[in-house]
Amino acid sequence: MTGMGSYLPLFVVLPLAAGFLCLLLKGVAPRAAPWLSVVSMLGLLALAGSAVGGGGTEVAFAGGWGPRAFGDGAFVAGIALVLDGLSRLFLLLVALVGTAAAIYALRYLAPEPGRPLYHLLFNLLVAGMNGALLAGDLFNLYVFVEVASLASYGLVAYRPGGTEVEAAFKYLVLGTVASTGILLGIATLYAATGMLNMADLAAAIAAGAVPRPALAFAAGLFVLGFATKTAAMPFHAWLPDAHPSAPAPISAMLSGLLIKTLGIYALVRVFFLVVGVDERMRLLLTLLGCLSMWGGVLLAQAQDDLKRILAFHSVSQMGYVLVALGIDSWLGVAAALFHAVNHGLFKSALFLSAGSLERLSGTRRLSEMGGIFQRAPATAVGLVGSCLSIAGVPPFNGFWSKLLILIALVSAGQYLVALLAAGAALMTLVTFVKVQRKAVFGPLPARLAAARELPATMYLPVLALVVLCLLSGLLWPVGVDGVVGAAASAVRAPGEGGSAVEQYVEAVHGSRTP
Amino acid sequence: MTLYALTFALLGVGLYGLLAKRNMLKKVVGLVIVEYAVNLLLVAIGYRTGRGAPILLPGDDPALFAAGSVDPLPQALVLTSIVIGLGATMLLLAMVLRLHQRYGTLDVDRMDRLRG
Repeated sequence: MTGMGSYLPLFVVLPLAAGFLCLLLKGVAPRAAPWLSVVSMLGLLALAGSAVGGGGTEVAFAGGWGPRAFGDGAFVAGIALVLDGLSRLFLLLVALVGTAAAIYALRYLAPEPGRPLYHLLFNLLVAGMNGALLAGDLFNLYVFVEVASLASYGLVAYRPGGTEVEAAFKYLVLGTVASTGILLGIATLYAATGMLNMADLAAAIAAGAVPRPALAFAAGLFVLGFATKTAAMPFHAWLPDAHPSAPAPISAMLSGLLIKTLGIYALVRVFFLVVGVDERMRLLLTLLGCLSMWGGVLLAQAQDDLKRILAFHSVSQMGYVLVALGIDSWLGVAAALFHAVNHGLFKSALFLSAGSLERLSGTRRLSEMGGIFQRAPATAVGLVGSCLSIAGVPPFNGFWSKLLILIALVSAGQYLVALLAAGAALMTLVTFVKVQRKAVFGPLPARLAAARELPATMYLPVLALVVLCLLSGLLWPVGVDGVVGAAASAVRAPGEGGSAVEQYVEAVHGSRTP
Repeated sequence: MTLYALTFALLGVGLYGLLAKRNMLKKVVGLVIVEYAVNLLLVAIGYRTGRGAPILLPGDDPALFAAGSVDPLPQALVLTSIVIGLGATMLLLAMVLRLHQRYGTLDVDRMDRLRG
């Protein structure tokens, strides 16, 4: 089950190196920065592709500090990077969406002097997310979450013109409170056990080494912290301001990736693997999920700003993922992860399309757009395809993952929640049929008569993401199910016997450093 | 135990400043107090009454060292956490500066209201 993971640090080292190289070349070759981002993302795509090809759990210990014998057991004292099915799925998603965003940024960002700094922050964001996905201990999870978060605060305020700085201020304050809560939770677990490694902690908590009040306190703080990072209602207040304020490729990175890697992934990793999920936790996830699902979709109705509509729908779509995580079955977890990945693909395509439409029509107001299809068919097709995906129209991926969530809900006997989810899906469908009709069809406003198709580097990444949206639904029986299934099995054993936690602990302890 | 209770009281003071004050600088100070309360708690967790600094010299016996010094790990964690907190505070202060230049006030209620 275990293999050597000596290449794992590359997932963090590559974007870090590319980022700081952008800064070094700032005075010499400022035009190289966007290309460095593209090269680093393509490298990560190749790495993630080869990682997905592998199986089992791969582990790397920094400086060779593997498991050591202390007293009557063996514990990991050093920094561990662990690659299992769950990490593989999300690393692949980060690489795919990141590559699309990096290519899109080539022409989207005007050649302004601050551009190398944008690319430094972009690469730091990617490095932080990849690090969080590979972290094998709680403290490094916290550190990488903070690296990615700090980069995202800076990127939200990258082009201050309107209310960007206010949005970033609010986002930074709420984000830092959430991170401090997570750190306090980690401190509580450390005080009770003297451990930080997730495998050791999981074994200790499963054996009952942590008193129940301390465990409940830490769990509460983790819910608070990671639900804020996910922007689950009622912790969503920062997202509708922060995500639309960022430049389009960053909106795509934040809504498509950040709320999943720092929110959903971290929540799944910490709760399903370390703290443990009981009935109360499942109920909490279901409640948060239902609230986000309906709250997001209802608040989106009142908006006219295309990017704000998309941002509220991110809250709503994360609701589906939380609801599915609250189901006590392997299918529920698999459906949740599948929907999280699908949302990453179509929401980033939507935000990139919104950026293109803003560039074409000079506005983000839906009521002032229209008829773009006659002028820029490729951009329009990208928007329509991604709208159909989020609306859950077959054969796009949004349909299949929502269907899986509904099947999991019904087979778990949660008919009321299933009804709520189906209702919210219908509302989403209505909204996005309206969005695409207003944005790209209908009469062309007179002031857009001179609009011309955008450069290929701006519509090709969107079209590529839309094709991925089609493929990830259609190829489910031939490959996608394996990757998503391995991710779900990494945190929850498919059958009754055997435990995912035991497998994880064995994998980390069984691995030997060279 | 008193020490733990005091750090939580400090945490409360910071949260109060963050939530109740309308002046942005006071909000920033509140946030810094929250961060430092958690840092203090971490150091307090690693403290063992009457033990020395965790410095392992060449030739020392690891077992004796472990029995005679405080827990070094929380101190390493706090160092990292302070650096992260410094980054966040710097960024926050830069934003406060930008907002003050634009609105001529530090009062959050007198700025453009965000709709979310």
